[in-house]
Amino acid sequence: MSLETTQDSHLLELVCPAGTPAALKAAAEAGAHSIYCGFRNETNARNFPGLNFSEKELNAGVKTAARHGANVLVAVNTFARAGDTELWTRAVDAVAASGAHAMIVADLAVLDYAATHHPNLRLHLSVQAAAATPESVNFYAETFGVQRVVLPRVMSVEEIVRLNKEIDTETEVFVFGGLCVMTEGRCSLSSYATGKSPNLTGVCSPPGDVDYQENGGTLSARLGGFTIDCFTQGETAGYPTLCKGRFQAEGETSYLFEDPVSLNAASLLPKLHKAGVTAIKIEGRQRGKAYISQVVKAFRTAVDGLREGKTSEEEVSAMLASMTEGGRETTGAYKKIWR
Amino acid sequence: MSTVELSLGPNFFNWPNEQLVDFYARIADEAQIERVYVGEVICGKRMPFSDKVFPEIIERLQAAGKTVVVSTLALPVTVRDRKSIVELCEWDGLVEVNDFAGVAKRKGKPFAAGPFLNVYNEGAAQTLVNMGMESVCPPVELPMTSIETIAKAVPDLDMELFAFGRLPLAVSGRCYHARAHKLHKDSCQFICDRDPDGMDVTTLDDENFLAANGIQTLSNTVHATALTKDELIEKGVKRLRLSPHSLDMVAVINIFRDLAEGRIDGEECAARLRALPLPGQLANGYLTGKPGHLWLVD
Repeated sequence: MSLETTQDSHLLELVCPAGTPAALKAAAEAGAHSIYCGFRNETNARNFPGLNFSEKELNAGVKTAARHGANVLVAVNTFARAGDTELWTRAVDAVAASGAHAMIVADLAVLDYAATHHPNLRLHLSVQAAAATPESVNFYAETFGVQRVVLPRVMSVEEIVRLNKEIDTETEVFVFGGLCVMTEGRCSLSSYATGKSPNLTGVCSPPGDVDYQENGGTLSARLGGFTIDCFTQGETAGYPTLCKGRFQAEGETSYLFEDPVSLNAASLLPKLHKAGVTAIKIEGRQRGKAYISQVVKAFRTAVDGLREGKTSEEEVSAMLASMTEGGRETTGAYKKIWR
Repeated sequence: MSTVELSLGPNFFNWPNEQLVDFYARIADEAQIERVYVGEVICGKRMPFSDKVFPEIIERLQAAGKTVVVSTLALPVTVRDRKSIVELCEWDGLVEVNDFAGVAKRKGKPFAAGPFLNVYNEGAAQTLVNMGMESVCPPVELPMTSIETIAKAVPDLDMELFAFGRLPLAVSGRCYHARAHKLHKDSCQFICDRDPDGMDVTTLDDENFLAANGIQTLSNTVHATALTKDELIEKGVKRLRLSPHSLDMVAVINIFRDLAEGRIDGEECAARLRALPLPGQLANGYLTGKPGHLWLVD
């Protein structure tokens, strides 16, 4: 369980990613209040090769985190495959046995199993469930006893304020890292191009379906055979994440869905706190421990600064400067102009 | 003897009221189709316009003997969006829910689940059946093996297969029509009305790829489920859903009617569809768990 002193002393709980036991340790040492991770299989939405935890590693990770006063949250947040749901129910049993603080879930079948078989296991609703209204949040809270909801990255701060006034459930929001522009858990773009998607297999724009083609001085970055972006010589070739590509529409070429930017809402922490948000979340379970360590330290500084009533914006901004994708960042949907 | 029914899914696009009225009048008069879903599911901003004509459309369809299901928004955001779901869910007739907000408001009364609701397995399906779900059109990326598993594990549930149309792939808080026209979502000028089947999105090497429709992203291809009647029945499919496009939908319905009644096979169905001015190439990859843009034959 959590150390009560830690829980009481911060205004915003800092939730940090860990793709490996080493990253978990780095996050704990850097001051994470909570650390989220998943099993090394299709039950979690970051099912990349070389990432994630075995049951044994999770059990050890819970102890490591506890030594630093941090909680572990386990993501079992993909949608169980029809006819093969045991992989998911086994994962739920393993989370319950590990002593982790909570489980992050999206699928009704998994929620139902957890609520029925492990009524004491704390449930957080994954962003993959895309619950954005009081009606949907209350549905999950009343039906399965969900205690916290991770909000989709399509909501503005004003909408979060309104939502929090109408629900008793805690809210957690993403503040840094990758940015889904489509409503999470409602996006099949990746499977349309590759056959694999977050909901089906726990991956988006998977590396195995990426190739780069050189043609007359232009490098095409392709996904499932579709050109997602092109780069001229000297340009840094980016990874072809489908929704961050350059496309043509109405006779113009543009990053139609989203520019290749990453989310950085560090400057909005006071507003998010005021909006009634309980926890802030950093994306990036695929990141190495050096990255995790630096980003966690920066946000811990920001959260501590907020508690102490001092402005740490410049300091935090400097700490994060080199950590955003290609150096470009956005506050995303939190500011309504994004739409 | 088992049969396969047909349904007309909700129209995703921003069609002017006159077009909506004419379209559904023709469906009422000329289409051999059991069930019609009506209502705005994509953008709440369009509702003040189309809401004015839906009552007469519903009346006309019901008078023609069609089962009318009122569809609700996939991504309610504003207070007005949410209110619309609450109000529509109070309807005594059948309602299609596309967000869990609707499940909550419908609790106790029967409902249909649309492809925007994440029903990926038999456990989720059974949980919702216990809450009143009587019919489901699963997410379009779900392979046929999963659909068959759900249909057989939950026999009380009517399984409706997305069988024709551009695939609804994603929804977003952001409006891509507004973005492409350098407008803000809040002052979008309802520019999505220029593209009755969605705005074509091509790759930098001019390959057809996607289609944008306000906050929605669809496939450029036109998905077509061309399984034979026997195969459909064997896999537990009760109904085929045809998604409206601006081409002659009565002709599309006639083709699928022939398929559903066993008069033609998948190959013939595809050949006849290709003779129509489709907005994109045919695709069916999702049915076999392959990329959704592919067209695969046995």
